[in-house]
Amino acid sequence: MSATGIGAPVRRKEDSRFLTGRGTYTDDINRPGQVHAFLLRSPHAHAELRRVDTTSAKAAPGVLAVFAGADMQVGGLPCGWLIHSKDGNPMAEPPHPVLAQGKVRHVGDPIAVVIAETRAQAKDAAELIVVDYQPLPAVVAGEDALKPGAPQLHEQAKGNLCYDWHLGDKQAVDAAFAKAAHVTRLDIVNNRLVANPMEPRAAIGEYDRASGEYTLYTTSQNPHVIRLLMGAFVLQLPEHKLRVVAPDVGGGFGSKIYHYAEEAIVTWAAPHVGRPIKWTAERGESFASDAQGRDHVTHAELALDKDGKFLALRVATIANLGAYLSTFSTAIPTYLYGTLLAGTYTTPAVYVEVKSAFTNTVPVDAYRGAGRPEACYVIERIVDTAARELKIDPAELRRRNFIPKDAYPYQTPVALTYDSGDYFTTLDMAMKAADYAGFAQRREAAAKRGKLRGIGIATYIEACGIAPSAVAGALGARAGLYETAELRVHPTGSVTVFTGTHSHGQGHETTFAQLVSDRLGLPLEMIDVVHGDTNKIPFGMGTYGSRSLPVGGSALVKAMDKVVNKGKKIAAHLLEAAEADIEFKDGKFSVAGTDRNVAFGQVAFAAYVPHNYPIEELEPGLDETAFYDPKNFTYPAGCHIAEIEIDRDTGDVAVVRFTAADDFGRIINPMIVEGQVHGGLAQGIGQALYENAVYSDDGQLVTGSFMDYCMPRADNLPSFDVATHATLCTHNPLGVKGCGEAGAIGAPAAIMNAVADALAPLGIGSLDMPATPERIWRAIAAKTMPQAA
Amino acid sequence: MYNFEYRQAQSVADAAKAVGADEEAKLLAGGMTLIPTLKQRLAKPSDLIDLGGIAELKGIKREGNAVVIGAMTRHVEVATSDVVKGAIPALSHLAEGIGDPQVRNRGTIGGSIANNDPAADYPAAVLGLNATVITNKRRIAADDFFKAMFETALAADEIVTAVSFPVPEKAGYAKFPNPASRYAVVGVLVARTGGAVRVAVTGAGPVVFRQKEMEAALGKSWSADAIAGVKQSAGGLNSDIHASAEYRAHLVTVMAKRAVAAAG
Ligand SMILES: Cc1cc2nc3c(=O)[nH]c(=O)nc-3n(C[C@H](O)[C@H](O)[C@H](O)COP(=O)(O)OP(=O)(O)OC[C@H]3O[C@@H](n4cnc5c(N)ncnc54)[C@H](O)[C@@H]3O)c2cc1C
Repeated sequence: MSATGIGAPVRRKEDSRFLTGRGTYTDDINRPGQVHAFLLRSPHAHAELRRVDTTSAKAAPGVLAVFAGADMQVGGLPCGWLIHSKDGNPMAEPPHPVLAQGKVRHVGDPIAVVIAETRAQAKDAAELIVVDYQPLPAVVAGEDALKPGAPQLHEQAKGNLCYDWHLGDKQAVDAAFAKAAHVTRLDIVNNRLVANPMEPRAAIGEYDRASGEYTLYTTSQNPHVIRLLMGAFVLQLPEHKLRVVAPDVGGGFGSKIYHYAEEAIVTWAAPHVGRPIKWTAERGESFASDAQGRDHVTHAELALDKDGKFLALRVATIANLGAYLSTFSTAIPTYLYGTLLAGTYTTPAVYVEVKSAFTNTVPVDAYRGAGRPEACYVIERIVDTAARELKIDPAELRRRNFIPKDAYPYQTPVALTYDSGDYFTTLDMAMKAADYAGFAQRREAAAKRGKLRGIGIATYIEACGIAPSAVAGALGARAGLYETAELRVHPTGSVTVFTGTHSHGQGHETTFAQLVSDRLGLPLEMIDVVHGDTNKIPFGMGTYGSRSLPVGGSALVKAMDKVVNKGKKIAAHLLEAAEADIEFKDGKFSVAGTDRNVAFGQVAFAAYVPHNYPIEELEPGLDETAFYDPKNFTYPAGCHIAEIEIDRDTGDVAVVRFTAADDFGRIINPMIVEGQVHGGLAQGIGQALYENAVYSDDGQLVTGSFMDYCMPRADNLPSFDVATHATLCTHNPLGVKGCGEAGAIGAPAAIMNAVADALAPLGIGSLDMPATPERIWRAIAAKTMPQAA
Repeated sequence: MYNFEYRQAQSVADAAKAVGADEEAKLLAGGMTLIPTLKQRLAKPSDLIDLGGIAELKGIKREGNAVVIGAMTRHVEVATSDVVKGAIPALSHLAEGIGDPQVRNRGTIGGSIANNDPAADYPAAVLGLNATVITNKRRIAADDFFKAMFETALAADEIVTAVSFPVPEKAGYAKFPNPASRYAVVGVLVARTGGAVRVAVTGAGPVVFRQKEMEAALGKSWSADAIAGVKQSAGGLNSDIHASAEYRAHLVTVMAKRAVAAAG
């Protein structure tokens, strides 16, 4: 291993820029003549708009233009994934207008935009817009929305149902339940979350009259996807006239994948006002307009035989999609959820039904893990419950049902084929590191201090590296999911990598450079990684679903292969040897078995100054692009163990220990991987104990600021104990699986299993997330002093 | 934010004159409450009169059997002051638990008690330690200062200049923080000063209040056990997504016991 190659814990190249305030985020960009947009948003969750009068606002100081829904007749925001219901019918796909057309459907739904010289002027003018609302009854819970008589959101979605989807063999599952020795049942809620990246969303739209070109600067995880969706579906702008730039982006966690109204508004309005237009969300707007995550209500049943072998899993889920279909919303509770319900186990039959509902809440879409945390939560909570009911140690019950080490490739009953894995080893590693064996003693010691201590295991598997395009297409995806890389070797041998993935905290500038350093033998200073600008990079699909390295990294490997192959031809010419005899190693092309060689830089120079060059057979230059379409998903997996203590008097939960043993395939930079795991764990623990998007019955987001929406903070978290064990991905050239989401997938179940373990001696059953102090206190009080609760 | 005039007051008299002359003018201390209110356009003052430049409002002094803290003293200064730590450790502990480092570096004791947020910590200290609020006009006993949610005895042009805390024989503060904001869901300060016991509860109700039953019990026997059986009624207590009235009532007893234990 070289000091800068694969496996080296290289410090992140990008960090000096970020940590010294020299990053360039969208809001840092100020275009000449720039003006500011402010959106008037609905204060009602559901209302008819009888009249929107912008006359006085237009006359206010500094105002250039005011547009309401009637003024902006463009396409609606598209949904990128078509789901079919059980009965074969396509999902309900109601329009998602950029600015409300006659009706608003959630608090924060944009009604009009004011464009003014300053932000304050735009805000002042927005107060002058007169809106005549006819409030309508609202519905906020997915279950309630599907009940007869519920307020109806869209004409096109009868009963607020988007689709009623299923997957798996129902008959096989029913048969297995009929012969089961034991059935465990569980009702659980997967709480709604707000992504809350540190950087709020922002967008700048600009139009160049001379060239007819539009530029959109935006806080996006995937600028080409935005260009495609906005250009082709919303604004009908040809792609060669539309440039989308996603510069430094301060976190996304999924919420910056989607095409949002504000992007279309500033782009569309720029030629109307003849000035570049900037919009930046205030934190309150982020709460009211960034796509939110999770929000499932699930009933699950697990059938077991007398030895504790899983026979079948039956799952029924209601997913809340919010008021409109966000870009990938429809795929999350279906193909990213149902397909993961086999988990790490040999459960031979699985059947899942998912009804997705429209409600008067902010749209819901992918959030770190996206569907997979929800699946993991169902499986790992019910497995733990079964272990408790059957009095089998939860680790032992898992071992009995793990997919054997020699069973790969393993076909699950819910469509996926796992290529590799070893759940036994990660479980053992985690148990050892967590001193699982010594827990009973720690529990006793805690009891002496008046604390209830619990330990909880969760194993998980995810499907990452999204995705083989043909598979995704067959399942309803409306886009391809390959990735691209261009490797531009410069005449003096330095290189620039242009990747279609996008880094918004993941450290690609370092990890991708390490791949190049490893293969081409160049120091990191000679390698730059460029992303996020559709005018620079080849057409790429961006970053989400832990796909950057498995898919984007693989594209880069292919591009490097092409560069090395061409380099060999050039070197053969320079060394007057046969191409077949040329080897490339440590940055040198050499003739096999001799000490005759040329350095990579010399070959690059020859390619651009082709004085002595095989010009008849070979084009000059050393600049290669590759597209990589994955053959399968990748399957990171692992085991998390949480240990918690509950204060009996207050119900407060303290996480005292957290261990993770993960299999991410080959590790390129262990330090970055560790950081990704830490961040994911913090979010997973946040979901389990602190975070919750709460709507009042009339659709107001009660937790609309950090004063009420509780983010996990450093003092809520223990020092994590993390380790990795690699089984290599068998179908991508790097053997990598992806690591970005794992922490958020395993942690909620591990924590909630630990809470359940701590409370089990009191006879307390399953509690829902977040396990807030009051929730726990009430459960304890109901058992110990029934009159109090 | 709406537009306003910003002015830096040179003296307490200068500031009093400015707020007295204009009903729409507001005093600015640490800005931790006022600035977010302005940013959300929930207030529209004509002028902000900044108290930050007035030297006489700053600092902590021991005066006889009292600790006197200037209105513009930041929470962090109270948390780290040797004078406070020596005389009333419960008070430095209380200040140390306010919000987060940013808030403690900006927020002031004067701003906190003038604002009288039902979930703020300082009101428990002022009432529990039987402090006196000193203004540019008069001295106000703690029992007369906190009127109702966000309401105090202060007149429109009255400025808190300092708070004088008698040094207690024993005092302890225990708080159950709101996990998101870190304000008090329930905070209880117990103190025995000159033989008299006070138990002040913040966070639980619309305004800080004295728990007289606990005061009586502790007057008889200063121990956590003495109040273990005293139940706070949930009637009239606050209820929100973080804590119902019943839960808050329960926490009053738990926190009071912990405060007594901390006081020693
Ligand atoms: C995130 C966050 C967390 C917090 N957590 C806590 C907590 O845990 N516990 C807690 O107790 N507090 C908490 N606070 C409040 C904080 O401690 C401040 O004390 C409080 O905001 C008011 O003090 P200030 O100096 O910032 O006053 P400002 O915001 O400047 O002023 C508040 C009000 O008081 C008036 N005022 C200010 N000074 C005087 C004066 N000398 N005389 C008369 N009127 C005056 C102002 O006109 C204004 O109306 C929190 C605040 C934030 C933002």
